[in-house]
Amino acid sequence: MIWFLLFFEFLKIGLFALGGGLVTVPFLFDLSSKYGWFSPQELIDMIAVSESSPGPIGVNMATYVGFKTAGVLGGIVATIGLVLPSLIIVIIVAKILDRYRQSPMFNNLMYAVHPASIAMILFAGIELGKMVLISPITIFIAIIFWGAIHFVKLHPVLYIILGGIVGVILKL
Amino acid sequence: MIFKLFITFFKIGMFMFGGGAAILPLLQTEVVERKKWLKEKEVVDYYAIGQCTPGIIAVNVSTFTGYKMAGVKGAIAATMGVITPSLIIILILAGVISLFLNNEYVLHAFTGIRVVVTALIADIVLNMGRKNIKDRYQLAIFVAVVGLMLAVSLSPVWVVCGAAVLGLFLRKGKAA
Repeated sequence: MIWFLLFFEFLKIGLFALGGGLVTVPFLFDLSSKYGWFSPQELIDMIAVSESSPGPIGVNMATYVGFKTAGVLGGIVATIGLVLPSLIIVIIVAKILDRYRQSPMFNNLMYAVHPASIAMILFAGIELGKMVLISPITIFIAIIFWGAIHFVKLHPVLYIILGGIVGVILKL
Repeated sequence: MIFKLFITFFKIGMFMFGGGAAILPLLQTEVVERKKWLKEKEVVDYYAIGQCTPGIIAVNVSTFTGYKMAGVKGAIAATMGVITPSLIIILILAGVISLFLNNEYVLHAFTGIRVVVTALIADIVLNMGRKNIKDRYQLAIFVAVVGLMLAVSLSPVWVVCGAAVLGLFLRKGKAA
């Protein structure tokens, strides 16, 4: 039963991949060598596709790998397997959070976690920037967009669509 | 509410490109500013805690939001909402997607999108920083974490745990 196996393997990835989408990559290489469902080269292509498709990268990879391995049903069971552990764990954590949200200890904790969390968001932005802002023109466009985003509060989706159009027109 | 959660997170999943932090600008506009389901501070909470729970960060943040709004059913609805666009798009386009990706125009469009996502994240950091970094201790923690992460590839789990311990030690939290 390949579907059952896929579900189970992605359940494991969902349980042990701590820290987001690209953390699942080493687990996927493991799958490749363990079962031979796809070659490492195919996996690299799948990662590229996942990075450019809408949706969280980790979810895209599970869907694509599942699909390549066992068709539409494979894509669905792999994705469900991936998110099921975190769904259960996050619900439990959220329940605990509800209980302690007003406690002084929680507030002390969050006093220091908040700036650290924002620092991690900045770090994610810097990592993305290092890949994308590689020419004077991309830097210039990023600054223009940032100005527009900051001073004209349109919906982010509009800026994302506009970014795609600018990319095509200027052949970025 | 359940249906609203599904639709809202479906929209977010549909238009998010990239890893965990890419969800934040959409969450900010849809969930904080328009629907007023969350305070900005809660988004910062969920992002930090979502780093320490297993799984995909963007999905975890969605699950947290859904739970807060409508309990377990809400958590399931938001999670399903954010993953459904990936399922639909990849399952439908999987056959042609690699051809599509080598198309010159598509590549240009994605570069443009990534530039915009970078600018959106920069703006989020600025807004959140202004509202949530209130004194010199918090500023010092912010600067130290950015520096540490740039210098050594420190796992986010350690960053959050370290900050939590420091917070207990500093005892400066105020009741919300």
